[in-house]
Amino acid sequence: MTPGQQPVTTSTGQDGAVASGNHQPANLGDILERVLDKGLVIAGDIRVNLLDIELLTIKLRLVIASLETAREVGINWWESDPWLSGDTTRIQRENRELRARVEELEAGPERAAIEDRHRD
Amino acid sequence: MTDDRGIWLYAITRREAADAGAGRTGVAGETSRTIAVGRLAAIVGDVPLAGFGEEALRRNFEDLDWLGAVARTHDAVVSAVGGPVVPIRLATVYRDDDRVRRVLEHRTTELERTLDRLTGRTEWGVKAFLDLARARGHEDSPSRRGAGTAYLARRRAERDARADSERLATEQTSKVHSRLAGLAAGARLHPLQSKALSGRSEQMVLNAAYLVDDDRARAFAEAVAACDEENTAIRVQLTGPWPPYSFSSWEEG
Repeated sequence: MTPGQQPVTTSTGQDGAVASGNHQPANLGDILERVLDKGLVIAGDIRVNLLDIELLTIKLRLVIASLETAREVGINWWESDPWLSGDTTRIQRENRELRARVEELEAGPERAAIEDRHRD
Repeated sequence: MTDDRGIWLYAITRREAADAGAGRTGVAGETSRTIAVGRLAAIVGDVPLAGFGEEALRRNFEDLDWLGAVARTHDAVVSAVGGPVVPIRLATVYRDDDRVRRVLEHRTTELERTLDRLTGRTEWGVKAFLDLARARGHEDSPSRRGAGTAYLARRRAERDARADSERLATEQTSKVHSRLAGLAAGARLHPLQSKALSGRSEQMVLNAAYLVDDDRARAFAEAVAACDEENTAIRVQLTGPWPPYSFSSWEEG
């Protein structure tokens, strides 16, 4: 492989993303796996249904997965998704802005380019 | 007064090993203590039911930050015990000390048998990840054919190489597991972790736990390192020492 030139990852998109190495001291996944799924099971007086726990670990994997994916992609969708944050006025505002932008672009590329520069 | 608190059970151990588990900061910020019955002792903590009762636990378990902190603390208290220990699964809570004593009394035989089996042994975790880059090693020399053909050939070669690597990784993983199991007193295969849970971008191909005699711990660690060195399609990683979470059920023989 040519040094300094990354292989272009096409559909898989995995090889390029080498682990960033920012692991927590003792991998939380390993700890959770052990304390939730392993260890001696004795019936306590306070029942947290084991089925619940198993479901929880599955859910947990999904939660961690979605958090990680979001972080990899660089978005916090649960914070910025207007449907989740209940901020529908923002959608309307965005729509207005987008419509204005389309009009600008249709009006002529030069003008849009100039405006872009101003915006930056 | 007693109604407001529960007894959180961390671990069961031999009476003489229990002291090291006492005096630790527990999941509710409480100080852990011991409840002894005969030759056994439980490591417990007094937790407020407001945070650790049935309702509260169900709610708090949904909170990943809460769960993460509680899991780490539970593990820290279990790990502090100075000797063979039976770790208890998270969120085992009793009404009062007598209920814990009763568990120790009723389960004495199984608990002592398990502790005997764990004496002088430690759990080690071994994870292996597919290493496509290392498995590829030998790249074909660049083709002189036309761009389109070369592209297709390259794509096909990549696909084939990936399939080859995965097959090789599977073979090597099973060899690694046999070799390590041969050095251990017990072996358990755990479900493979998703990339998100493992925190690695590579595909996990082995997630195992081994119960290793302490006088063979060094040989075991060296074997893991050798497995990593010798098997080019995978990366092999050692974790631990762990309390014997994976070897604490009654059924284990």
